[in-house]
Amino acid sequence: MYKLDPTPLLFESSRPGRATAVLPASDVPARPIDELIPASQLASSAPPLPELSELDVVRHYTNLSASNMSIDSNFYPLGSCTMKYNPKRNERLAGLPGLGAQHPYQDDSTLQGLLAILHELQGCLAEIAGLHAVSLQPAAGAQGELTALLVAAAYFRDRGEKRTKVLIPDSAHGTNPASAHLAGFETITIKSNASGLVDLADLDRHLGDDAAVFMITNPNTVGLFDPQIGEIAKRLHDRGALLYLDGANMNAILGVVRPGDMGVDLMHYNPHKTFSGPHGGGGPGAGPIAVREHLAPYLPAPVVGRRDDGTYYLDHDRPKSIGRVRTFFGNTGVLFRAYCYIRSQGPEGLLRVAQHAVLNANYLLQQVKDVYPVPFGGRCMHEFVASARSLARERGIRAMDIGKRLIDYNFHAPTVYFPLIVPEALMIEPTETESRETLDAFARALRAIASEDPQLLHDAPVSTPVSRLDEVKAAKTPILKWTPEAAAV
Amino acid sequence: MAYIANTPDDIRHMLAAIGIDSLDQLFDVVPADLRLNRPLAVPPALTELELTTHVGGLLNRNEGADRRVCFLGGGAYDHFIPAVVDNLASRGEFYTAYTPYQAEASQGTLQATFEYQTLVAQLTGMDVSNASLYDGGSAVSEAILMAITSTRRFGRVIIPETVHPEHRQIASTMLAHLEPEVVTVPAPKGVIDPKALAEALTDDTAAVVVQHPNFFGRLEDMEALAAAVHARGAIVIASVDPISLGLLKRPGDYGADIVVAEGQGLGNPLTFGGPYLGIMACREAYLRKLPGRIVGQTTDRDGKRCWVLTLQTREQHIRREKATSNICTNQGLLALRSSIYLAAMGPGGLRQAAELSTRKAHYAAERLAAVPGLSLAFPGPFFKEFVVRSSKDPAKVLAAVGEAGYHGGIALGRWYPSLADGILVAVTEKRTREEIDGLAAAYEKALKAS
Repeated sequence: MYKLDPTPLLFESSRPGRATAVLPASDVPARPIDELIPASQLASSAPPLPELSELDVVRHYTNLSASNMSIDSNFYPLGSCTMKYNPKRNERLAGLPGLGAQHPYQDDSTLQGLLAILHELQGCLAEIAGLHAVSLQPAAGAQGELTALLVAAAYFRDRGEKRTKVLIPDSAHGTNPASAHLAGFETITIKSNASGLVDLADLDRHLGDDAAVFMITNPNTVGLFDPQIGEIAKRLHDRGALLYLDGANMNAILGVVRPGDMGVDLMHYNPHKTFSGPHGGGGPGAGPIAVREHLAPYLPAPVVGRRDDGTYYLDHDRPKSIGRVRTFFGNTGVLFRAYCYIRSQGPEGLLRVAQHAVLNANYLLQQVKDVYPVPFGGRCMHEFVASARSLARERGIRAMDIGKRLIDYNFHAPTVYFPLIVPEALMIEPTETESRETLDAFARALRAIASEDPQLLHDAPVSTPVSRLDEVKAAKTPILKWTPEAAAV
Repeated sequence: MAYIANTPDDIRHMLAAIGIDSLDQLFDVVPADLRLNRPLAVPPALTELELTTHVGGLLNRNEGADRRVCFLGGGAYDHFIPAVVDNLASRGEFYTAYTPYQAEASQGTLQATFEYQTLVAQLTGMDVSNASLYDGGSAVSEAILMAITSTRRFGRVIIPETVHPEHRQIASTMLAHLEPEVVTVPAPKGVIDPKALAEALTDDTAAVVVQHPNFFGRLEDMEALAAAVHARGAIVIASVDPISLGLLKRPGDYGADIVVAEGQGLGNPLTFGGPYLGIMACREAYLRKLPGRIVGQTTDRDGKRCWVLTLQTREQHIRREKATSNICTNQGLLALRSSIYLAAMGPGGLRQAAELSTRKAHYAAERLAAVPGLSLAFPGPFFKEFVVRSSKDPAKVLAAVGEAGYHGGIALGRWYPSLADGILVAVTEKRTREEIDGLAAAYEKALKAS
C-alpha cells in the first residue's frame, strides 16, 4: 500500500459512447425485440450504467487494489477473524472447469468426481469434530449457527418438549444472540467469571427445563480454553439440553481435542478461518455444521450419499429435515478449498496448525504483555486479548489509536473493542503462518507505539491514502450511492 | 509443513520465551481425559503435485457446462464472463483482504463496494442497496423479514408458485417458528393468477414476493400486481434476474419496494451452486431495516472524500439479539466480480447479453416446439427460459439428450406434480444456433427412441 491520489469513481470516468465488452452478432433470426417481449415490459433505454474502455476498467480496479491491505501484502493480526495465508494451490485447483463449470442441476451421474470430494469432506469434518453427521449447506458461519439452532428446535419439537431459551456467555460473538433470536428462542446471557471462563453458578441459575441450548465458544473469545467444558456438557445433558460449539476458533484445537469428545452435540465450522479461504474483502465463507447422531435426521437436505456400488448421489429424502437454508448445494467453492487444505495437511499437518497457532500467539503475548496487560491469563490459545485501559487512562491513547498507528508501521490493526468484557480490548491473533521475524517486528511496533506522542497516535494513520475518517458523519447523513450531487459533497 | 514458517530453532527459542519445554505443553489446560490421543483419521498429507493429480483427476470426471452444451437454468446460468473479471478480482489485495473494519487501510474494498451499491441502485431503480447477501434465496427470506418488521404485519406472506421452489423452501424454513403464515398462490397458466392473488391478500399480509421473469421464464404483469398489493398496504418484493434488467423495465419503475436477485449471472461462475451473490435493494423508507453490510461516503480529516462501513447499529455485532438479521458477512468477492462485470459490459453490453439471450431462447422454443412429442407449456411472453412438455418421461428423455452431449433442461416434476411432464430450458447468449439445432435434434432422437 502506498500513498496515492484517490481513484475517481467508475461513474466519474464514464464517457457516453465508450463501451467495453462486445458480444457476437445474433446468429438466429434477429426479430425485433418488441415482437418477442411486449413493449410495455421493455425499458425505454439501456440501464444507466457507466461506459468505460477495457483499460479504464483495468486501471480503475488495479489502482483500487493498491489502496488495500491484504494478507498477501501485510500481517493481519485480526483476532477472532483468523487471517492466515491462503494457499495458492487451492486457487489453481478451484479455477479448473471441473469445478467452476458445474451446474447445480446437472444429473448426479455427471458429478461423480465432485460428489466424491464433497462426500469425503463430510467425513473429514465429522472426524475432526468427533461428531456423527455433517451438512455442508449453510453459506456462512452465522448461517451455520442459525441452521444448528433450527435443528435443535426441530429435535425438541419432535420429542414434544417445549424449550424456549438459549443460554449465551457474555463474551460470545454477536452472531450467537442474533441467530438464537432468529431461530425463535429467547436469549439469556451467562456471565463470565473472574478468570474469563463460564461462571458455572450463573449457568446453574439459568439452566431450567426450558433451556434448549447453551452456545459455547471454546477456546473462547478471550483466547482461553475453558477446561470446565466436560462438566458444562454433563450439567446440560442432565437437564436434557444441548451443547452447541461456535467453531470460530477450531484452528486452535485441530487434532488436540474434538468437540464431540468434550460433550458438544452440535457445532458449526468457519472453513475460511480453520482451513483457509479467500476472504475477499468480506466473504464468501461457508458454515458447515456437524451434529451428534440423534440430531442427524433434522439436517437440511440435500447431503451427499454413497451407494453400495460406490456411486455418489444427492440425498434429498430426509423427512424430518428442517428444510433448506440456502439455494442449491451451498458454497461449494469454499468447501472445495477446505477439502484441498485438509488433504494438503493430513492428520499431522492439522495438529501442527493448532500447535503453531498457539505457539505463535503465546510467543507474541510474552513479547507485549508488560506494556499491554492481558487481563485473563498469562497463557492463551491461538489468540489473546490485551487491554489498553491503563494507556487510555494515563496517556489518552485508546485501543483504536493503537490500531490506526499500527497501520503506519505496515501492519493491519488487531480487532479492537471486542470482546465486550475487556475494556479497550486489542484482540490479537497471529495465526500459524506468520514467521518469528514478523511476530518480533510486530511486537517492536506495539511497544514503540505505547511510548509515542499521543497526538501522533490520534493523527494516525498518516501513510494511507486517506486520514482518519468521520464515521459519525457517514451514519448521520448516509450517502450510500454515487449521484452527481453526492459527488459534490 | 509448507504453510508454517517456524524452524526447529525458532520453536526452541519461542518455547523458551514462553517458559515451557514442548509444543504439547501448550495444551496443558485441556483436561487429559478429553484429549484426542491418536492422530485424526483423515487421509495422509499430499504434496502440491500429488494434490493436483488427485483433485484434478476427480474433477476431470465431472461433465459440466465445459463438456456438454448447457441449457440448464433455474436460477444459475451459463453466461459469458469477460476476462477482466477473473484477472482483476483475483488480485491478492482484493482476494485476501478481510472485511474492511479499518477503513483507512481498506479504501479499495470500500470504494468498490460503494460502487457496487450504486450499480445495483442504477440497475434496479431503487434508492439504496446493501453490500450483498449470501445468495438470491437468502435475499428473498431477508426481504420478507424486512417487510414483516417494517409493516408490523404478522398475518401472512404470499409467495406464488412462480417463485423459485428452493427460495420458497428457504422462506418456509426461516418463517417456520415465526408468526406469519406462508401462503402459496397457484399459477396454472405459468403466471400469477391475479384473481387468486386478490383472494389471498388480507389486511395483515406483510408482503407478496413476485419473481419476474418468473421461475418458468414468463413475464408477470408487474404494474397491475404491484398496484393490487399496494392497495392492501402490503410490500412488493420483486425477485429479478439481473441480466434481464439490460432489457426490461426497472423494478423501481413498476412499483417494487424491495428488489432481490441472484447475482450469479453477473460475472460469477456456476461452481455447482455457490458461492453466489444475493442482491438486495430497497426504497429509502426501509433503509433502517436493511440487513447486512452497507458502505457509506464520508470525509477524512483533510476533507477528502472516502468510504466506511456505516449504519452498523443495525448489525449483530452491535445490537446482538435485537439486530435486523444475524448476517455477519457479505459476499465481498462476488460483489466485486459483479461490479467488474457490469463495468466491463456497460449499458450496451448488458443490453446485448439480454437481447441475445431473449432471441436465442425464442429461437430454441420454436425449434423445440416443432419436435414431435414436445410442446410449449405456457404460450406467452418469456425472457430466456421456457417450459416444454414432453410426451415421454422427462427423466429418460433428458438422460438420452445427455448422452448426446447436452444438458438439455431441468425436469420440473420434483417440485411441480402438475408439471411431471415439464422440462425447463434456459438459453444464454453463449449458445449458438448450431448448438440449439443440435439440441432439437437430440430431443427428436430421444423421443423417437424411448
